[in-house]
Amino acid sequence: MTENIPGTIELHIPSRLGYEKIAMNTAASTARMMGFSDERVEDLKTAVAEACINAMEHGNKFDESLSVGIILSMSDDSLEVKVVDTGAGTQGHGTAPDIDRKMHEEEKARGMGMFLIQALVDEAEWVSSPPTGSYARMVIRLHPASEPLERK
Amino acid sequence: MQEKSTQVKLDEVQCGDGGAAITVLRFAGDITSASQTAVLGTYQALPVDAQRILLDFSKVEYLNSSGIALVIQLMIAASKHGQTIKTFGLTPHFQKVFTMVGITKYTSLHADEQTACAAFTA
Repeated sequence: MTENIPGTIELHIPSRLGYEKIAMNTAASTARMMGFSDERVEDLKTAVAEACINAMEHGNKFDESLSVGIILSMSDDSLEVKVVDTGAGTQGHGTAPDIDRKMHEEEKARGMGMFLIQALVDEAEWVSSPPTGSYARMVIRLHPASEPLERK
Repeated sequence: MQEKSTQVKLDEVQCGDGGAAITVLRFAGDITSASQTAVLGTYQALPVDAQRILLDFSKVEYLNSSGIALVIQLMIAASKHGQTIKTFGLTPHFQKVFTMVGITKYTSLHADEQTACAAFTA
């Protein structure tokens, strides 16, 4: 689907684990309609789910009165997903996990979300903009080989 | 709406090598941060002589990074007990994710139960 693209879809989910699957499945449906391959759809599903979980946990501190916003913006050749929370933004970076340190219990087994997001989409960034909220922004492209790969 | 629960079924299979039975943990449903009791609790209840363990992900519907962290914790515990773990049934996407995070350094991924089982004797 590359003609008459409607533009933007927006949804809000409570900061409760499990609801990230609604965002994940909405993003997947959108990507499929745009013609993304099954492999890219699976990449996007994991990235969106991880971004929503981070927003619930680190941004909104699991306060269920606070919602996480998901904005899907379609263009002819890419899908941008912003995941917005009310927090001050993340301090972390998507550094690759060190499995040896994890196996030797020198670092937590958890803490792979940002790495996975960065590794699975064509572009990822985290923007801190208090007091309005912070967001993770992800982009997947239909034809990534024809465009410069930008990973922040 | 709640997270879908994790189901774990314990099985024992013979691999045809005449060795001890292989313990299989068959996961189904979601594996997330809510799965600690299901994943680690089930592992901790295994008999101490279970030295060869298969993890079956073929019926897992949703797996996130917190769930993967539980798998890593299971592997840490197994390593301490000298147990060997092999894995099968992951979708191609999660085979890629497991490889990205480095888990394949500590367990091998197989397409199905037969090849995973055979890998214990290879």
